[in-house]
Amino acid sequence: MANTTAKLLLTAALIATAACSKKKPAELPPPPPQETTAPEPAPEGQTGEVGTTVLPGSRADFVQQAGSDTVHFATDSHDVDAEAQAILAKQAEWLQRYPNVAVTVEGHADERGTREYNLALGERRANAAKDFLVNNGVAASRISVISYGKERPVAIGSDEAAWAQNRRAVTVVPIGG
Amino acid sequence: MRWAAAFLGAVIAFAAPVHAQIEVDVVGGISAPMPIAIPVMPTPAQAGTPAGDTGSLGARVAEVITNDLRNSGLFRPLAESALRPVTFPQVTAPDFAGWGTTGAQALVQGFVQANGDGTLTVGCYLYDVFARSELTRQGFVVRPADWRRAAHKCSDTVYTRLSGEGPYFDSQIVYVSETGPKQHRTKRLAIMDQDGANHRFITNGQSIVLTPRFAPNQQTLVFMSFENDRPRVYVYDVGSGRKRLVVDQPNMTFAPRFSPDGRYIVFSMAVNGNTDIYRVPASGGGATRLTSSPGIDTAASYSPDGSKIVFESDRSGGQQLYVMNADGSNQQRISFGGGRYATPVWSPRGDLIAFTRIGGGFAVGIMSPDGSGEKILTNGWQDEGPSWSPNGRVIMFFRTAQGSGKADLWSVDLTGVNERRVPTPLDGSDPAWGPLRP
Repeated sequence: MANTTAKLLLTAALIATAACSKKKPAELPPPPPQETTAPEPAPEGQTGEVGTTVLPGSRADFVQQAGSDTVHFATDSHDVDAEAQAILAKQAEWLQRYPNVAVTVEGHADERGTREYNLALGERRANAAKDFLVNNGVAASRISVISYGKERPVAIGSDEAAWAQNRRAVTVVPIGG
Repeated sequence: MRWAAAFLGAVIAFAAPVHAQIEVDVVGGISAPMPIAIPVMPTPAQAGTPAGDTGSLGARVAEVITNDLRNSGLFRPLAESALRPVTFPQVTAPDFAGWGTTGAQALVQGFVQANGDGTLTVGCYLYDVFARSELTRQGFVVRPADWRRAAHKCSDTVYTRLSGEGPYFDSQIVYVSETGPKQHRTKRLAIMDQDGANHRFITNGQSIVLTPRFAPNQQTLVFMSFENDRPRVYVYDVGSGRKRLVVDQPNMTFAPRFSPDGRYIVFSMAVNGNTDIYRVPASGGGATRLTSSPGIDTAASYSPDGSKIVFESDRSGGQQLYVMNADGSNQQRISFGGGRYATPVWSPRGDLIAFTRIGGGFAVGIMSPDGSGEKILTNGWQDEGPSWSPNGRVIMFFRTAQGSGKADLWSVDLTGVNERRVPTPLDGSDPAWGPLRP
């Protein structure tokens, strides 16, 4: 009985992750439960809802395995700090596992900059993330970059917490990729 | 567009030059706005036109002039209730005694007449009430649909005669109309008259569009679009709706501006995290690289004689303003105040550079091209992206609100006192003031 409950919760989490992954730009999904093994296929013959699962090589799988598709930056900076390096290293691992997946790194800036400078700053950040991935074994030809400047924030506040979330580079695996 | 502006030859003779009994001070900012009367313009004969009958047009023309002059900050138009009715014969023979009791120093009279060929003539007369003298007169012949342009031309006539500054009311704005949630704003290019009238959208909002600018001929725009997820600068023909890439290559291009003669476009291109400034013939062709510092060089703006370019660069660590020759040589930093400096725009008069200063907040300011005489004009949560009026005496910019992220358009004159919101149907950003219309 306890086992069934755990399974149900896990399925719910996976559905939530899958729904989340359809948003663009992707937001941080809830961290996957680490101690649980991959879900078993539903027993044959059972009826009810069609569940979803994370397919290997998919965007949801990338986010789950790398821990995050997003790295953050300090104000007016494109330095890849230790926390960002750890995430990008996992992203690079995943990308090496799925060599046919091409990604786009989106660079973003917070609202506290002028529009054109922020476009350039976002491009710098996207390239900083790309360079790290390339230095960790991902072919440069698999990574395109785009800057959105301050045009597409994820956090809507006008405070330091929101700005910190918006100064980011997001590695986007194509849907169905 | 069919447009003819002319002195009304036989009907209206050139006004003899008169010593200015009255004048207004554009940059001093100390004198109070001049009281001015702008009564309804009569018509010699009531006649219907596609824009309404000539009688109602006389009232609407006076209203447009009233708003123009009030918005300039230099004039205080009399309230409608203080105005006196004007008959057609009085247009050239004002009731100075009557107007003298209203407190108005200046008087703008005129008429609206339907012509046999389907055009309208708008007569525009400026009088000094106390000296009881005519200061200037001018007549404008327009299609009925362009009646507002005749009104703006009359405003320009009055403004120019009394301030000694160049005209600017008969001009257009191209800007980015915004709507939708902060995370996903829908942005559309739009063009409108300087006073917000005749608003029309240019793009449909499917792609993010940014930073439009008019070419000197007003028929061509440059702007940045995220079409096909490829952020690039496009050259757009307003008449045909056709557009093309400014340069076709794999990197992001942005921050486009025309040269004053319209022959070149300067823009920025980001390559592997490094942004430099380039120049390309407006008719197409290969790009010439003008800067090569390891940093972000962007927001280039030509001096009105085309010999120099002011731009921003973070080569010193933060955004600062630099001036270089138009070929990229002799790059010199000109901003040394506190904070960072961005989005420099050279005044069409050449005497000033407007910019965004980023200190505690974002403010719009001006300085001389050598960096001296800095003056901050605005104070909002985030004021950004100045653009000059054609006469170099008014600046339009956009102000973004804290929290909501909603932006709208504002204008401010060089005193910094006369700050006004520019009406737009939705939110607005990235305004660019076009040249004076011919």
